[in-house]
Amino acid sequence: MINKYSIFSLIKNAFSNHENWGKAWKDAEPKKEYDVIIIGGGGHGLATAYYLAKKHNIKNIAVVEKGWIGGGNTGRNTTIIRSNYLWDASAGLYDHALKLWEGLSQELNYNVMFSQRGVMNLAHNLQDVRDLKRRTHANRLNGIDAVYLNTEEVKKFCPIINTSPKIRYPVLGGTLQKRAGTARHDAVAWGYARGADEMGVDIIQNCEVKGVKRNGDSVEGIETTKGFIKTNKIGVVAAGHSSVIANMAGLKLPLESKPLQALVSEPVKPIIDTVVMSNAVHAYVSQSDKGELVIGAGTDDYISYSQKGSHDIVEGTLNAILELYPIFSRMRMLRQWGGIVDICPDASPIISKTSIKGLYFNCGWGTGGFKATPGSGDLFAHTIANNEPHKLNAAFNINRFVSGDLVDEHGAAAVAH
Amino acid sequence: MFIINCPFCGEREQSEFKAGGEAHIIRPKQPTELSDDQWAEYLFMRKNIKGIQFERWNHAHGCRKWFNLVRDTSNDEIKAVYKMGEKPPIK
Amino acid sequence: MTKNLRVKTGKAIDETYRISFKFNGSTYYGFKGDTLASALLANDIHLVGRSFKYHRPRGIMTAGSEEPNAIVQLHDNSSRTEPNVRATEVEIYEGLEASSQNCWPSVNFDVGGINNFLSPLLPAGFYYKTFMWPASFWEKYEYFIRKSAGLGKSPTKPDPDIYEHKYIHCDVLVIGAGISGIMAAKIAAKNNLKTLLVDEKPNLGGSTIYQNSDHFKINNQNSGSWVEKEINEIKKLENLEIKTRTTVVAYHGYNFLLARQNLTDHLPIEQRKNKTRHRLLKIRAKKVITATGSIERPMIFDNNDRPGILLSSAIKKYADYFGIACGEKNILFTNNDSAYETAISLIEKGINIEAIIDNREEINSKLIYEVEKNNIKIFKGYTIIDTSGYKRINKISIMQLSKDGQKVVGSKINLSCDCLGISGGWTPAVHLFTQSGGKLRFREEDQVFIPNTYPSDQLSIGACNGNLTLDEILRTTPESLIKFLNVKSSDYDNLEVLSEANKFKRNIWLLPSNKVLGKTKSFVDYQNDATSKDIKLALREGFRSIEHVKRYTTTGMGTDQGKLGNMHALGIISETTGTKMGELGTTTFRPPYTPLTFGTIVGRNVGEYFDVIRKTPLHDWHIDNNAEFENVGQWKRAWYYPRNTEDMHQAVQRESKAARASAGILDASTLGKIDIQGTDASEFLNRVYTNAWSKLAIGKCKYGLMLNEDGMVYDDGVTTRLGENHYIMTTTTGGAANVMSKLEDYLQTEWPELDVYLTSVTDHYATISVCGSNSKKIISKIITDVDFSDESFPHMSFKNVKIGKISCRIMRISFTGELSYEINVQANYGKSVWEKCMEAGKEFNITPYGTETMHLLRAEKGFIIVGQDTDATMTPIDLQMDWIVSKKKYDFIGKRSLYRSDTIREDRKQLVGLLTDNPDEVLEEGAQIVGDIKKSPIEMLGHVTSSYFSPNLRKSIALGVVKGGKNMMGQKLTIPMEKKNINVTVSDPVFLDKENKKLNA
Repeated sequence: MINKYSIFSLIKNAFSNHENWGKAWKDAEPKKEYDVIIIGGGGHGLATAYYLAKKHNIKNIAVVEKGWIGGGNTGRNTTIIRSNYLWDASAGLYDHALKLWEGLSQELNYNVMFSQRGVMNLAHNLQDVRDLKRRTHANRLNGIDAVYLNTEEVKKFCPIINTSPKIRYPVLGGTLQKRAGTARHDAVAWGYARGADEMGVDIIQNCEVKGVKRNGDSVEGIETTKGFIKTNKIGVVAAGHSSVIANMAGLKLPLESKPLQALVSEPVKPIIDTVVMSNAVHAYVSQSDKGELVIGAGTDDYISYSQKGSHDIVEGTLNAILELYPIFSRMRMLRQWGGIVDICPDASPIISKTSIKGLYFNCGWGTGGFKATPGSGDLFAHTIANNEPHKLNAAFNINRFVSGDLVDEHGAAAVAH
Repeated sequence: MFIINCPFCGEREQSEFKAGGEAHIIRPKQPTELSDDQWAEYLFMRKNIKGIQFERWNHAHGCRKWFNLVRDTSNDEIKAVYKMGEKPPIK
Repeated sequence: MTKNLRVKTGKAIDETYRISFKFNGSTYYGFKGDTLASALLANDIHLVGRSFKYHRPRGIMTAGSEEPNAIVQLHDNSSRTEPNVRATEVEIYEGLEASSQNCWPSVNFDVGGINNFLSPLLPAGFYYKTFMWPASFWEKYEYFIRKSAGLGKSPTKPDPDIYEHKYIHCDVLVIGAGISGIMAAKIAAKNNLKTLLVDEKPNLGGSTIYQNSDHFKINNQNSGSWVEKEINEIKKLENLEIKTRTTVVAYHGYNFLLARQNLTDHLPIEQRKNKTRHRLLKIRAKKVITATGSIERPMIFDNNDRPGILLSSAIKKYADYFGIACGEKNILFTNNDSAYETAISLIEKGINIEAIIDNREEINSKLIYEVEKNNIKIFKGYTIIDTSGYKRINKISIMQLSKDGQKVVGSKINLSCDCLGISGGWTPAVHLFTQSGGKLRFREEDQVFIPNTYPSDQLSIGACNGNLTLDEILRTTPESLIKFLNVKSSDYDNLEVLSEANKFKRNIWLLPSNKVLGKTKSFVDYQNDATSKDIKLALREGFRSIEHVKRYTTTGMGTDQGKLGNMHALGIISETTGTKMGELGTTTFRPPYTPLTFGTIVGRNVGEYFDVIRKTPLHDWHIDNNAEFENVGQWKRAWYYPRNTEDMHQAVQRESKAARASAGILDASTLGKIDIQGTDASEFLNRVYTNAWSKLAIGKCKYGLMLNEDGMVYDDGVTTRLGENHYIMTTTTGGAANVMSKLEDYLQTEWPELDVYLTSVTDHYATISVCGSNSKKIISKIITDVDFSDESFPHMSFKNVKIGKISCRIMRISFTGELSYEINVQANYGKSVWEKCMEAGKEFNITPYGTETMHLLRAEKGFIIVGQDTDATMTPIDLQMDWIVSKKKYDFIGKRSLYRSDTIREDRKQLVGLLTDNPDEVLEEGAQIVGDIKKSPIEMLGHVTSSYFSPNLRKSIALGVVKGGKNMMGQKLTIPMEKKNINVTVSDPVFLDKENKKLNA
């Protein structure tokens, strides 16, 4: 690597006042033609380009991004990573991703700060208990480290939770996946960009796709704000904007794009050392390395691309936070923001070929796509390179909405982060 | 949060309403005649438009009536409101 | 130790009212009207905190909500503790205790200060480049990173204060009560518009109120006096409501704004009891006028962060408003005329000024002439290149600027000082405007972003609109207000304005130095320790967009959200990359404007008010009879009724036995009830249920299953035909609201031609279910005039009856498999009817049972519970309920979906019964079911959905879903638990009374 990152390179560069660091990635202008164009420079798109170059020996790749890389949901999410999903197909997909996370900093030579501080899901009613137990048993048999905790064990693992039986919806138990945790969202996009760039991938920012050119049933290229770019293979990883690209290609997808909000508190010294999610008392919280409480909950119910949601959602989320953590009442909200999440009817993603030759979609991650970033990129790269899905993403094809073989993860996705 | 002009009650706070997704998707009169593909088109496939969208809303905590609304989903500006069965007042 | 730096009574200070407070354990005094910051400065304390990354000593920098440095912990270790509070915003009160944050052991000696010396190793983003070896060590590194990060400490005790919400609707909201806001409020209110004026400060008048300079006059009075008169006048206006200590924190679409009204934070703690601390105002304004003023910019030079360095305007405010000298040897550094206003104020109060450094060359200004008259040395065309003094500035070094401002020339001059005021010009406070979706434009001549296009009915006026001088404000504001409000007003016609400042500013975002940039620490974001070299490093590494730079360097991510430094970051990016400022765009200003306490957002929705509690009409009876409750949605349902020392298992076994052996009674009031009327009611039911309804006779009941349009089971319940065109439908408890809304949806949007009316009557009826072999006898005792014979009143039928004078509906329907009657009675008679049943049932040992027993009894009979035995993947065929799916009906909701290629597969998961080899072994609900335990990877066939020990069958029974289970009767399967494998046999899901003898008994 030109700029190998390590404590030694940091010391060395300190002597030259850090004036000799090279670019993490180059800002490319589009060439006339690429073997593959990835639309969308978020974590998933950049990871797709990275694995296409690395594992499938395709080097002539462009990632086109209408804004700046990592500026969409990658840079707006609450960074929860876990794989304790119910169905076999989901468990396979997300655990594949989790395994990649475990070596990602070294793989990319970029510290993505994957921190396995555990993710706990709480149960507040008897059906929650049944559902979480069901999931824990399924996880265990799928080789995923998940355990069921009773209320005392929940309290022990996260002492600041209010486990009093007197609250409106008392904590009846929970599950814990210890390998789960959080990562630094920006670093994921930047790390993949740097890795892809080094293998020759062109990362083209501020380049908005205006049209998808088709010749009959095949794609021929894309119209962009930087001109026409020719290609036979297009991988669309445009998250909230997936339908916009699909409409350009004359395709309809089973997606709705909705506002999802998150917020952080002012930074404080460590107070919560894990990620806690609750479905019935709808909110989740973790603490960033900087010390901010990172908090989120559900989406609004209407379609919107405005990156704004309603205040009611924020209020409801904090109601839930104070129900479970009354000590946070005097903490203060520092920032709130919104993203656009594309949601499938079964709350599972699409990583799939389409009826148009050379057009591939990776979308529908809803509220929980960040955790899948490395796995999604790897499997999408496989699908594009081979024009066939990998066995781990075979279930996530578009055709499932026709045949009825949905992968319903609503139970997991009600707070799907 | 929007202010929505319910065609039956007048202007009300968004929190009184529930969104119902894309409008003017008519339930097929003869579902059994449709192929799986055609049925999936009705059931799941959506335009999910960025821009002017025709959509359904329900005054859930009010008169409980469903109605249609035209909204620019890129900035949430509501352009028009009209009753079920009526033609959209704008294109 | 302390000096008294009070110079003269300040405008805001009541010197007759002394207040004691503690800072870092020592007691100090201030006066009523002081902020914590002003009181500390009066005691000559500048060192207040330590910075985030390098732990550099930091002092008070501003006099307002933009403060990045002076943030403290209030009331440490108490239930009222609060981290990260800006000393500049806290009004002191008797008993105030504050302490420095992010330092150990103390702010004077902080071990973390070592980071300052390690700083060459800690450039922007250093953590992305290291801590990767060895791979498993990240979490160990992270432990220390987390410990040293964070600022103050989270509270650890529940909050004793109360908060509340208030909705406000007004014609005009005016944000900010400076001179512009006051004019706006007056014009609006005098024109009969219902007006609300809010300001974050305790007093009105903004920065004009303490102006008494002869260089700024309105109608020949100094501007402070003029505005005071205006304030007195508006206070009398009828249509005007004024709220001080009220900060607008968020400006959402459709003119929806949130404001925090601070009601008690300035009071002594003992006076706060039972009072609301903060009120969150939810404001809908027809028109919004933003008059939020502007924020003074710092200047970016080496070591520009030392305690004792303040904004020049803050020094002026501390002198004029609080009557405090921030130092005894003051130096001002400026690129515009504002610093001379400060100088004139200081001169007037006899506060010493050592020198003024002005980066401009010769410039004509009456303000400068006046300062020069007072023999104050002005270094024109100079810049500061460095400062010294670890915990308090004691010296600055200056050099002359080259003509182009790009470098320094000549020789270095050192000047000693104890306080430095810096003034880099003014930034309009456009935060709320951009939050609302407003678009900015960049004004090149003075390098400011100002409002350009408004997304809603609103107007920015005064300094936040880029009118940065008194004459500009008075010249343009009244006219634009009159136009915006569409009113008439002559109040501000023909004002005579004297405003003598020269507008010229020499804007240099990053001032040159005699050192290479890499050797300097010129802070752009003070709190997060982001320096100009960090920004340049980010650019060098390819982070070019403002959002990338911000994230890579953490500029603008502190608790002040970059109110001081964001513009400089943009400026440095613009200069370095050669991009025009206007093209760079700004980062998004995200709400809230200043941090907002969670408690304030939540208001009263805490504790018992967190969520509505729905109680049945029989709730009190259950409590009196020792029931344990289960939450089902918002409902509280009686779960079981333990007697004496019984645990749940014992109680449920007893209840279950009694219910079958003799009689049980259940409160089923939570079941959803929908009254359906209209000539097309039967046709409507045909379309929403899977089975056929047209032939149901009046007085008969029928079980129905409702699907989603995708063919999956959605809800179920018994519907009774009350009349030709009248039905009553029951739904599950949890599904009631959704079913109602789904039915309305179809009715109004798909089938408007149907003559059907739906009314939710769930809360109108109490539903009492009496079951068991003696139930008929009990019911006959209280309803004497009805023939309960099987012929006259068979299973699945209904009658209108009277209990005493009370009209009831009684259905003979059963969810337990026992002979069973369900009485529906007007809710307020529920308890009396229940008690009658109990009385009548006494001789039969009638036993109240809860939901747990209900679940057990129905499982014995193989009845499903939607949501427990089904998830969103089960069709009626999967449930082996083919009998309920009409083949004849042309269509019903979800029908088409049942015939898709993957929903007609034979090997789907199907509902079956499961019997354990060991009849005493009760399976865990949720446990997974496996065929071949040796297969790898293991294949899960399904899971256990319901499981109980049946006291009536004296064995363990379970329901589950199993792939292809329909064809596996009698087959052995395994349930692999963590520590053992349990063997089960697939059985019929009906365990008891397959022939329905009991039902028809």
